[in-house]
Amino acid sequence: MKSWRNIARGDWNTFLLPTSTLLGVLIIWEVVVKITAIEKWLLPAPSAILKALWSVKELIWQHSLQTMQETFLGLALAVVVGVTIATAIDWSETLKKAVYPLIIASQTIPIIAVAPLLIIWFGYGLLPKVLVVALVCFFPISVNLIDGYRLVEPDMLRLMSAMGAERWQIFRMVKLPAAMPFFFSGLRIAGTYSVMGAIIGEWLGASRGLGIFMTRSSQSFLTDRVFAIIIVITILSLAIFLLVEGLAKLTMPWHDQRK
Amino acid sequence: MSGDKLTVRGVNKIYSRDRDQIVLALEDASLSIQEGEFVSLIGPSGCGKSTLLDLVAGLTTPDSGEILLAGQSIVGQRGKVSYMPQSDVLFPWCTVVDNVIIPLRLQRVPLAEARAEARALLPTFGLEKFATSYPYMLSGGMKQRAAFLRTYLCKKDVMLLDEPFGKLDALTRMQMQGWLLDIWQRFKHSVLFVTHDVDEAILLSDRIFLMSSSPGRILVEMKIPLPRPRHPRMVTEKTFIELKRELMDWLETGVFGIAER
Ligand SMILES: Nc1ncnc2c1ncn2[C@@H]1O[C@H](COP(=O)(O)OP(=O)(O)O)[C@@H](O)[C@H]1O
Ligand SMILES: [Mg+2]
Repeated sequence: MKSWRNIARGDWNTFLLPTSTLLGVLIIWEVVVKITAIEKWLLPAPSAILKALWSVKELIWQHSLQTMQETFLGLALAVVVGVTIATAIDWSETLKKAVYPLIIASQTIPIIAVAPLLIIWFGYGLLPKVLVVALVCFFPISVNLIDGYRLVEPDMLRLMSAMGAERWQIFRMVKLPAAMPFFFSGLRIAGTYSVMGAIIGEWLGASRGLGIFMTRSSQSFLTDRVFAIIIVITILSLAIFLLVEGLAKLTMPWHDQRK
Repeated sequence: MSGDKLTVRGVNKIYSRDRDQIVLALEDASLSIQEGEFVSLIGPSGCGKSTLLDLVAGLTTPDSGEILLAGQSIVGQRGKVSYMPQSDVLFPWCTVVDNVIIPLRLQRVPLAEARAEARALLPTFGLEKFATSYPYMLSGGMKQRAAFLRTYLCKKDVMLLDEPFGKLDALTRMQMQGWLLDIWQRFKHSVLFVTHDVDEAILLSDRIFLMSSSPGRILVEMKIPLPRPRHPRMVTEKTFIELKRELMDWLETGVFGIAER
């Protein structure tokens, strides 16, 4: 059995090491900017970025709310669509042959090229942004879940058959729970991409949101503000990641300690 | 029609591995189990023991031959007998209680009722402290007991057990044999027990069927007239040793002899 101290030290290292690396980079950045006296619109010092972040915090909060709304709606849509596609594909071998290659191929279409179409079709409102997020996010969810269904231990399926289980019972009692860890790895990837999807959607035209705020700031050469927005986007993405992690721990208490 | 609970008669089973290579997994296999009888199937690895159980469980169908449960054909029918696979196959996402009630859930017994029934049985199976544990927290012996309780809750008259103690260490196995004898003497199921352990087969069984491999065949049937109730200590008794010698003779002449040729 591992002692508490070992576990605590492990956690401490995983937290401390990247933090000190980041801190080191920031200090070098600050010093270089100070020494070379590089212009603020070209590369602001970290201290200037923090100052900018503080001064526009109200505005950033307003725009973040919009972006978060798009992100969560898009992610929810992606989960619904991703799970539906994966489950349908698992259910029917024919459907798998008909649809799976197309889903893979669809991922080679750059989202930047599709987004303007969505604007043309659905205008500048909430919907096209939600759709961009969903388009970016359904794929990792679907593909992981398809693998999860496929890789269920055959012994488990045999046992269920031997006990006279029907197909949907096998699905509900074995395939679904067995595929949960795969679903969550998909969701984790989707979650980290989701905010980016919303930002891309906003770039193409919006009245509110971090994406449009960023475009406006960069057009006015408010580079410190652009960096501040990047920080907020990073924090949002991390928050979603942690949310997914927490959800995974909550729904799969058995998974952590396995093997 | 005899009074057999389970009859396997003249069963052949061929597996095709590649296009041209076929395996005669079972050739003209016949055996029977009476009501409340404990019957073992013993033979070397790969002789077709699991295949025979799969056929009775309805997981595969024979190429020819009959499988009768109380006189009715059950070829290809699942859910007619209780079946315990070679590995424990406990679901890691279910607690012990929720694992063992799976057969009840399949028969649409309400969750609360099923759990209550299982909890009442946990002490008998030595699992009362582990009701809400997950399988990874259990030792090998306890996993097998949980898997056995799940098999028991299938509530069929005939039980198929595929090397349930095969992966346990010798001491745990001895303990589990004693425990299985207790349980069986209490509930008197008709059991078809697969093993490759000579002592285990003699200690537990009323009758033993010895198998040889390639092709999988039933060589001989041996009666075990040891008195009941039995106890693991009986392996040291004289009658036991004599029976063991007889079974080993069959093994040497029948099974190993064929394998050498
Ligand atoms: N699904 C299968 N496909 C092809 N060959 C199989 C299959 N199952 C078992 N066999 C073959 O049939 C023979 C008997 O296997 P099995 O019944 O598992 O033996 P045992 O349980 O006695 O060790 C072996 O030679 C094995 O390789
Ligand atoms: Mg086997």
